[in-house]
Amino acid sequence: MRVVADKARVTGLIDNLAQAIKQDMAAMDGQSQWAIVGIRSRGDVLAQRLAERIQVTHVGTLDIALYRDDLSEVGPQPIVRTTDIPFDVDGLQVVLVDDVLMSGRSIRAALQSLMDLGRPRRVWLSVLVDRGGREFPIQPDHVGLDLSQADVLSSGERVDVFVQPTDDRDEIVIRPSGETEQMG
Amino acid sequence: MSEDKSSYSWPHKHLLGVQDLSVADICFLLKTARGFEQVSTRSIKKVPALRGKVVANLFFEDSTRTRSSFTLAASRLSADVIDLSGRDSSISKGETLSDTARNIEAMGVDVIVCRHQLSGAAVQIAKSVRCSVINAGDGQHEHPTQGLLDIYTLAMKLGRDTFDLSGVTVAIVGDIAHSRVARSNMYGLLKLGAHVILVGPPTLLPSAFADLGCELCHSLEDVLGRVDALNMLRIQFERLTSQAFPSLREYAAYFGLTSERLARAKKDVIVMHPGPINRGVEVDSDVADGPCSVILEQVANGLAVRMATFFLVTGVDT
Repeated sequence: MRVVADKARVTGLIDNLAQAIKQDMAAMDGQSQWAIVGIRSRGDVLAQRLAERIQVTHVGTLDIALYRDDLSEVGPQPIVRTTDIPFDVDGLQVVLVDDVLMSGRSIRAALQSLMDLGRPRRVWLSVLVDRGGREFPIQPDHVGLDLSQADVLSSGERVDVFVQPTDDRDEIVIRPSGETEQMG
Repeated sequence: MSEDKSSYSWPHKHLLGVQDLSVADICFLLKTARGFEQVSTRSIKKVPALRGKVVANLFFEDSTRTRSSFTLAASRLSADVIDLSGRDSSISKGETLSDTARNIEAMGVDVIVCRHQLSGAAVQIAKSVRCSVINAGDGQHEHPTQGLLDIYTLAMKLGRDTFDLSGVTVAIVGDIAHSRVARSNMYGLLKLGAHVILVGPPTLLPSAFADLGCELCHSLEDVLGRVDALNMLRIQFERLTSQAFPSLREYAAYFGLTSERLARAKKDVIVMHPGPINRGVEVDSDVADGPCSVILEQVANGLAVRMATFFLVTGVDT
């Protein structure tokens, strides 16, 4: 296991993400209303932490368990939690936030879930880590840590993100396949 | 792509009775229902979780609202629903229950929702088929989704987010002997730590229920002051064959929830009824429509609980 970002680095990465989002917000016309929506179960925490750094009208949480495309695969059903979007997404600039972007399947599910709630004006994608390995034509607008280059991760390696307060610490680690740790 | 690791996973391919469920099962199902509740309130009331699955309603006994609730729950999960309802003879044409169920399963059905006038029918069907079976009421045995939605409504109303009901006292009032709703409620409530008082005339309240851990009482007046919730069962004219009580008027006089009686209960007592109400018999109109009543919330929560049930049983593959 190697630690690629410690607490200070994670904070810095979140600062950078916030800065990148702010730039895009400034570049848009001042009429737009913005919302930050995090995908459970680490994107929601990141969304909250980004919202502390950016002036936005709304903050929400998306649970994508019911929209996953692997429901019929073998294994128990994922845990269904509540989606908490207490505002109308129609016409909003929505920044979708997730911790790690890999295949893009979670984002596809999140987009479908978002469309069922209304019609955002535009959806942006901000991720803390892009680790490559896309299975859908999905690209992030803002990336904290880019691990998508071919030589960064060897095959089978996983990226785990830990963020407070869901986890007991702020950390990004790369671990070989098979090695696991109970995540909080 | 971080996944939540959890040592618990839902183990039941069928939902036949609350009696078969562990405390963890009940809590997990009700927590899952919370996630489904908001699907019914947003602009597009549909999620793709059960797309491509087929649900068959196999109702040997008349029911409009339970069947509609199951149908709507399945539709909101994007499942296709076929309805086989009516009197016994028109569905089965003389074949056995198992044969009927196998024939329906052969159409490629993933879940059979069944209601039958005989206790044990759902268990029998579950033994005959490979698909999931949800019991929507079998004779006097169980009606698990009703019991679970009652408990869900109660817990939400009391602010018990973890569904721990210790310290809560619930009275179930009426025809306990014939009521599958009473049984499903009772099993669930006891498992979650509630104190259950069964109230009814001796003819409708078998003393054997005391062995299950319930308190029995033949007077509604005596329990009013110490209950947090009153679940008023429907008098089921279709099941009352013998003279269980002299007249409806007499039943209402002793066991009906009037506003005078309600005034003697705790101020924020919760009044439940599984429907359809016989107004003026189990519950007076001004109580049923009053601030203590959660009768319509029960109906709304029924959808969420049934969606959660469909979602969980279809995820079990053994």
